[in-house]
Amino acid sequence: MTIPALRRFARALTRDAEAADDLVQDTLVRALRSEHLFHGGEVRTWMYTILANLNRNRLRSLARRPVMVPVDDGDAAVDAAEGGRDIERALATLVDEQRQALLLVVLEGLSYREVADIQGVPIGTVMSRLARARQQLKTFLEGGRPALRRVK
Amino acid sequence: MTEYDRPVTEDELHAYVDGELPDDRREAVTAWLASHTDAAGIVAAWRTQADDIRARYGAVAHEPIPERLQLDRILAADRGARPGGRRFTAMAAAAVFAAFIAGGGAGWFAHGAAVKKPSAFDAITADALEAYRLYVVEVRHPVEVPGSEQAHLRQWLSKRVGYELSLPDLSSLGLKLVGGRLLPGPSGAAAFYMYEGPSGERYTIYCAKAAQPATALRFKSGARDAAFTWVDDKVGYVVSGPSDRDKLESVAKNVYDQVDKGAAKKG
Repeated sequence: MTIPALRRFARALTRDAEAADDLVQDTLVRALRSEHLFHGGEVRTWMYTILANLNRNRLRSLARRPVMVPVDDGDAAVDAAEGGRDIERALATLVDEQRQALLLVVLEGLSYREVADIQGVPIGTVMSRLARARQQLKTFLEGGRPALRRVK
Repeated sequence: MTEYDRPVTEDELHAYVDGELPDDRREAVTAWLASHTDAAGIVAAWRTQADDIRARYGAVAHEPIPERLQLDRILAADRGARPGGRRFTAMAAAAVFAAFIAGGGAGWFAHGAAVKKPSAFDAITADALEAYRLYVVEVRHPVEVPGSEQAHLRQWLSKRVGYELSLPDLSSLGLKLVGGRLLPGPSGAAAFYMYEGPSGERYTIYCAKAAQPATALRFKSGARDAAFTWVDDKVGYVVSGPSDRDKLESVAKNVYDQVDKGAAKKG
């Protein structure tokens, strides 16, 4: 676990550099204040847990406000990075817990067991989230146009 | 043969892509995919997704950490906000530092290239580099035991890591021992020494138990720092420093020779 790894996870989770660093900052502040640190246990997964929970709260408060979706913000740098823009849009179509599970596994390199601990669900649930995330990304990327955002 | 005969489930295909299958089953799935092109196509698509995600976001971990996210800044702000909480936050900070190092750099080497899970040895290297980055910038408390207490440092760390450590003398390269500290390694305790040159450049040696008995000298470089790593007699060594390869190599070779000699002396 490193601050760089937390930033990477947060960036992919939010796809918003500013919001991502806010999350990391809040995560660190909470971690430093928590007594949990002295009870042993796996601190690395626990840091991801804090960040994921903070992000869920963030999404909830965003959902209470109308969201402006840019039609095209013309981010040329990302367009140039092959597939960068597509994968970013594809991730945006995922339900939060599916996106979390997928990113923790493929981007952060965590085991299914660790992701299950972070999400507080059985491994089987992690696997079905992964499966649904991958299916949705595949459909979106092959469809070549934005699918409707899935709302739980 | 039964491993090969068992039908492959979708869950197993995910586990296959994510490196979660045991070796024998992994081979069976590889063989099965060769004759099931539809499934192989899906697996390839999942891998492409993962590669795209890593290509898009992997580099974030290599950006310089913004000032507001640096631990000392956060600590200072937190102390200001809660007078009297200083001792507690200092302890918390120590635990968080330890966690950063203990967790290693999962994904550190996954950046860019299609490297899958880092091996145990890569984990040691990543841990060592993270430790280097953390402590090399530390002005007041880079070490727990100062270099002036060399005998004590060597004895203490040897006892804690459970094998006899040698403390290389790098004065021929103009490097003075700053001191050392104990760190949590991937499997048990790790020893960490720091040396400093005349213009303040710092080099560190990290020793931790390794899974392999021995490996050759390898070089890994990051944006601003680099490391030479090897395993000798089941102990992994990582010599980290600024990314001047020639200088780092001479430091690493020096350490390597001295560790080697120390081992020879022991018989």
